[in-house]
Amino acid sequence: MNNNETTDLLRVRDLKLHFRVKSGAVQAVDGVNFDLPKNQATVILGESGCGKSSLAKAILRLLPKNVDHYSGEVFLNNQDIMKLSDEQFRKDIRWQRIAMVPQAALNSLNPVMRVGDQVAEPILLDGKLTKKEAMELALEKFDQVGVPADFLYRYAFELSGGMRQRVAIAMSLITEPEMVLLDEPTSALDVLTQANIMNLLKRFKAEKKASFILITHDIATSSELADNVAVMYAGQVVEVSDAHNFFTEPLHPYSKALMDSVPRLYGEMQPDFISGQPPSLLKPPTGCRFADRCPARFERCSDEPPVFNMSDGRKVKCWLHESDSVSAESNPDTWEEMYAKS
Amino acid sequence: MLKVDDLHVWYELKRFGLGHAGYVRAVDGVSFELNAGEAMACVGESGCGKSSLMKTILRLNKPTKGTIDFKGINVGELDGLDLRDYRSKVGFIQQDPFGALAPFMTIQQILEEPLIINGFTNAAERQSKIETIMEEVKLTPVEEILPKFPHMLSGGQQQRVVIARAMILEPDLLVADEPVSMLDASVRVEILKLLRNLQEKHNLAVIYITHDLSTVRYFSEYIFVMYAGQIVEFAPIKSLLENPTHPYTQALLEASGDPDAKNALEYKEIPPGEPPSLVNPPSGCRFHPRCKFAIKGKCDVDMPKPMPVVDGSNMAITGNKHVAACWLVEEEWKERAGLTN
Repeated sequence: MNNNETTDLLRVRDLKLHFRVKSGAVQAVDGVNFDLPKNQATVILGESGCGKSSLAKAILRLLPKNVDHYSGEVFLNNQDIMKLSDEQFRKDIRWQRIAMVPQAALNSLNPVMRVGDQVAEPILLDGKLTKKEAMELALEKFDQVGVPADFLYRYAFELSGGMRQRVAIAMSLITEPEMVLLDEPTSALDVLTQANIMNLLKRFKAEKKASFILITHDIATSSELADNVAVMYAGQVVEVSDAHNFFTEPLHPYSKALMDSVPRLYGEMQPDFISGQPPSLLKPPTGCRFADRCPARFERCSDEPPVFNMSDGRKVKCWLHESDSVSAESNPDTWEEMYAKS
Repeated sequence: MLKVDDLHVWYELKRFGLGHAGYVRAVDGVSFELNAGEAMACVGESGCGKSSLMKTILRLNKPTKGTIDFKGINVGELDGLDLRDYRSKVGFIQQDPFGALAPFMTIQQILEEPLIINGFTNAAERQSKIETIMEEVKLTPVEEILPKFPHMLSGGQQQRVVIARAMILEPDLLVADEPVSMLDASVRVEILKLLRNLQEKHNLAVIYITHDLSTVRYFSEYIFVMYAGQIVEFAPIKSLLENPTHPYTQALLEASGDPDAKNALEYKEIPPGEPPSLVNPPSGCRFHPRCKFAIKGKCDVDMPKPMPVVDGSNMAITGNKHVAACWLVEEEWKERAGLTN
């Protein structure tokens, strides 16, 4: 693939984020590749502990103190934002071009600030607008996300869960960023509120040409917004696919198991569960990381599979698809080599 | 076995901690029956009173009005040792397993405590009971898990401990409050299947409280939908999914769907607004301010009574079990009567 010419808004290449803990390095994000085309939504699916939220942190460079290893390339409109200094990144990228809606809206809103002030804060930081202009803009965003105007002067605890989530979305949209990272935006909400928020995001995508990365473990909800799906397992992306193919016939055995575990409202399918547990990210298995839980495991699985490109543009990291793939991407570095380098 | 009749749970609001300032009508006239060996699901949004209902059945709250009858005992009037005996017959599975398990107690202590309280004085007997129940909820290997603390277990294992604790006194009724909502999607089904197996094996009655309609189908025979402290629809699961009658039930079903790439292409029709305040609930049908079918002068004035639902395919009543509290049902009956006469 040519890295210089693309219409993709965001391209993530070999992104790694490891945390240092007492007993070693947690390889939370380990060589992740995926793309986000303009005005589309890419869903990152996976169980808890597979590195989804760490991936969001890695993209936005919101790093905790115990980072052990942080590398890779993140192209935003063909510019490698990993090369920017922390100060430049804070000024130009974070919240200006990539905004985020964090997981629990109650915990992410400041309890001692009125929500209107919080929403206006990101545009006040660069000092180009007066407070009054910023509040007008905040009001406009409140209107767009369906929060009544007098809520500007309320505190977070006075709002219901759905309203808080709307405020968090308004806050992410206020700088008119090129893309928004949504980390489990609806997991703590009731079904009707959930559907309302998804409607809102769909409308922003259709009318404002917004681009989203949606991080979630809720497959049914993710299908409300998805154009593309990337499935994560144990710190790695194991399948990248368009939404239609993924929701009808996923390729990777883990994706299949995930789809089978969804209880359905209609139809005869009985849901099944994935036995076993994800591997420890302190010492991930050397071969395929899903092999221990995989029903289709065979001898090849003790070697790490490369990413196979399928003829319909899907990518899957599984030996089962070696024969029907059109090409394979080179095997990522082994751990030993990587540590020798660093 | 369990008969709830016209149950009201109201919480008093005080002004400045002194004067009376009204009531929160958390549960407002709920009636249902549950037989041994049946699982019943209670579905509703947060704030609809389902937790208050559950707490009252567990007798953590006293009913304000109405009765709960459990095998001939009036639960509302129990106290002292009778109350302890009642609680030993009713198991409770909490929503958040980590929050429900004391962090300073080992699994051994957690499972032993209810036995000690309820007079099992023989240590060997307690141990054998603990081991049996752990085998049953598949917390194995037993010897390895017993000395552990809750934080050393995974979420699924923690929930199994909670289930084991609820089951260890061999209750007749199990109340499960969103038992899987805090768990990962892949573990949810495993825990629900475990609960279902336990229910069938021990002929338990189960009340399963949830807001997730898609899991209900695999778990219970009957379902009731609550809105603003009242039951708006009661039905056998299959009948409810095929023929949702109350507009609120229809909205819930519309909002929760199966994974499908087509979902991204269309908007969902969601009733506007939010559930009403339970201090001053709307007059008439409590759903009428959000309902697109609301009939002026009727829905906003009179409260609808539960009525058997008209079956779509023929004139028969859906087994007489499917009832909905909505004036539209009455309208439909009238229409049918007009057609046949």
